[in-house]
Amino acid sequence: MNTQAQYLKAIYLTQQQADGPASTGNVADLLDVSPASANEMIGKLEDRGLLDHEKYKGVDLTDEGIQQARDALQNYCIIERFLIEVLEVEDFRTEAKTLEGVIDETVAERLDTIIDREPQCPDCFNAEDDVCGLIDVEAEVSSD
Amino acid sequence: MSLTQPIASDHQLARLLQIGIVLEEVVEARAGKHAAETDDTADADLARLLEDASAESAQHRRQLEELLAALEADTVPFEEIQTLVEAQYEADEDFDGVLYDQLCNEETAYKFYDDLIESIEASETSFSVDRTRLLETLRLIREEEAEGVEDVTELMEARL
Repeated sequence: MNTQAQYLKAIYLTQQQADGPASTGNVADLLDVSPASANEMIGKLEDRGLLDHEKYKGVDLTDEGIQQARDALQNYCIIERFLIEVLEVEDFRTEAKTLEGVIDETVAERLDTIIDREPQCPDCFNAEDDVCGLIDVEAEVSSD
Repeated sequence: MSLTQPIASDHQLARLLQIGIVLEEVVEARAGKHAAETDDTADADLARLLEDASAESAQHRRQLEELLAALEADTVPFEEIQTLVEAQYEADEDFDGVLYDQLCNEETAYKFYDDLIESIEASETSFSVDRTRLLETLRLIREEEAEGVEDVTELMEARL
């Protein structure tokens, strides 16, 4: 099950990659859900004023949707960095995905007080690899 | 935003308990540092509150570590977190800053346990740790965090 925050993050990243509206198929692929599930959630997010959906064109986040997507992306980056820097989890990408739906933003903010995060976050996120673009995985893992 | 995802495995539960331990360690380290910097003859109420908060977090950490041991997962050494807190420390040292920091710590911990309990209650997973003991411990800690929020708020109001 994916949360609203996970959908917003996926749509934001898909829009960045497409440099335009995100197709529901690409969003579904990124979240590994069926197009029907993606369509259902996109409808709910539209009702909440977080995106505009136009058939055959795709979805565009509203300003509020973009803000929430960026917050979700930042929370995700905090979780990734916390897992690798503090708990020294090698498979931090997989675990960050399972934890992002269960770590509240207030909790993420507190975890943020003990990690090193760059000021440009979340703009440094690498959508292609679905990971913070500034985490040097090989260096982090070899320092264990 | 509240938790909507039930906990799906021992591994995920262990990871969340580790995060709880780190949150307690952050409170313990920050309250301990504030307490050490507070003149207990000039401000006995604040010094007592910070010392109690630090001791209570240490107790919560031990309770979480006992649950974690039943899941056969490692804990996070306090000294490591203390070092990280020291490295990133930028809190105000005036009374309002110290109390506000403490309030954020207690509120964050309360929110974390509230969400964690909700997520365990929604889960149908059979964990290695006894579910009744798990929930009783977490509810007790949540209650103490709520009392901590009240204590800090009362002290803040008394200073208005």
